[in-house]
Amino acid sequence: MKNNKLKAWLYLLPAIAFLGIFMVYPLVDVFVYAFQEGFNFASQTYKGVGWHNFSYVLRDPYFLQAIKNTFIIVIITVPASTGLALLISLGLNSIKPLKNLFQTVYFLPYVTNTLAVGLVFMILFKKTAYTDGLVNLIISWFGGEGIDFIDGPYWAKMFVMCFYTVWVVMPFKILILTSALASVNEDYYKAAKIDGTSKSRIFFRITLPMISPMIFYLVITGFIGAFKAYSDEVAIFGTDLNVAGMNTIVGYVYDMLYGDSGGYPSYASAAALILFVIVLTITVINLMVSRKNVHY
Amino acid sequence: MNTQTELAKIEQRAKIKRVTGKTLTYFFLSVWGIFVLFPFYWMILTSVKSYSAYNAEYTPKFWTMAPTLENYRAAFTTVPLAKYFLNTLIFTVVTTVIMLIVVTLAAFAFSRLEFKGKNLLFTLFLALMMIPNELVVITNFVTITNWGMRNTFWGLILPSVTSVFYIYLLKENFAQIPDELYKAAKVDGTSDFKYLTKVMIPISAPTLVTVVILKVIECWNSYVWPRLITDDPNYYLVSNGIQEIREHGFGRQNIPAMMAAVVVISVPLIVLFLIFHKKIMAGVSRGGTKG
Repeated sequence: MKNNKLKAWLYLLPAIAFLGIFMVYPLVDVFVYAFQEGFNFASQTYKGVGWHNFSYVLRDPYFLQAIKNTFIIVIITVPASTGLALLISLGLNSIKPLKNLFQTVYFLPYVTNTLAVGLVFMILFKKTAYTDGLVNLIISWFGGEGIDFIDGPYWAKMFVMCFYTVWVVMPFKILILTSALASVNEDYYKAAKIDGTSKSRIFFRITLPMISPMIFYLVITGFIGAFKAYSDEVAIFGTDLNVAGMNTIVGYVYDMLYGDSGGYPSYASAAALILFVIVLTITVINLMVSRKNVHY
Repeated sequence: MNTQTELAKIEQRAKIKRVTGKTLTYFFLSVWGIFVLFPFYWMILTSVKSYSAYNAEYTPKFWTMAPTLENYRAAFTTVPLAKYFLNTLIFTVVTTVIMLIVVTLAAFAFSRLEFKGKNLLFTLFLALMMIPNELVVITNFVTITNWGMRNTFWGLILPSVTSVFYIYLLKENFAQIPDELYKAAKVDGTSDFKYLTKVMIPISAPTLVTVVILKVIECWNSYVWPRLITDDPNYYLVSNGIQEIREHGFGRQNIPAMMAAVVVISVPLIVLFLIFHKKIMAGVSRGGTKG
């Protein structure tokens, strides 16, 4: 039996070793970095312990810009993508022919490289000396004024950003909602039909409550995902997000760590911890709201 | 007579309502379908336009009469696209294989073997699932740098060879295999390891395939960690390669060549998706997250 015990640990050894080195130790270390003041990467020395890194980060205009951008992306894309996904899933659920084709097509963005497709979006929206780009062409059909969405005004850049983010997150949401809708027991609908219940009443009294757990799951994961937005931004605006004014919190963390402005793991750690606290707070609020409103 | 025509009228109206409803639904679904597919159409179209033709189009054209493969040649000769491709392939295969071994062994221990502290350890593992990558990446960057593993494959691979989620997924799957099978194998004198490889792995093959596909997608699209750990183009993966191409590759205006590179990079996963779309979608709805 003793032999058996040893064997179990042997089977677990690789997983424990990797998780220990790359998950548990870093988790402790990030706090150490965040509270070491004046840490010097080259000499591995520090001057003192305290909250200086946090106050520095919170006063850094780049970080404040990153916070603002991240919150705008979250507030726009989470409701927009969840609502649109719900509409599309309801549509998918009400048809029979072509349903599988639509479902497969809608899922395609999930498997594509976001950096690569982001480049296509950039070209569609960009205005250069040679061409106004496709989106501006369409705007001009409706008599609108052309605009550079990539290097132009802030709201235009934010529009592209949100549009691309929604495009990227839709496949997952449609997939989850379609399977949630398909698993609602048919008997409820039959009973409602016999009673002559109106369509909107069926939706608000049967469908929505039945799939509410999945909607809240999507809202919670959507918030977490949107707060960590980064590679989609790089895909559209390039690696120098501070210059474009489109940096995000995660982008700020990486910029502090590496690259032209890098070499400050302490500031990066402080910013990462601030992000973690924000996400944790929002998730707890979400869970509290869902406990009140979700019917299990 | 009168009531009959009334009835026919009502039925007629209901039918019209149904048909318009269906038409609107199909229209709406098609519009989103176009939104999804159009970027793909545009990248393929642009990639077969010649450089001069593309730059001569002040108003973009929706088709081309003279498709050319010139850009694909440029994509492979002007920038080391084949190298990026090979790097990504090596990275993906090695990461996935090592991860499968690590994850399978751990899941086996949790589902089949008895030892003290098993439940406590498993709970600790599950707790790790809540840790966002952004918190640990800072120290991992420092660790890999201190180990002198920047710009090496091991530096790219090592931090991503375990996944608590996949351990959890496999453990659940292994636990469904009836105890009797294990006892019978024990009576026959089969070793634990042999039981794992000859019985459990074949039975759980569908789940393992799902895990492999999800991991391959993740590896193929990974960007952040490779960017931190490599600045030598010899070790760039496709995501970093495409960023490099965008900023320094063909010259800023050669967009058709850029699009050819984008098509080449996107094709492997799209082919994988077309073959396995049922499996991928089932797998993602069980455990994928993105966005």
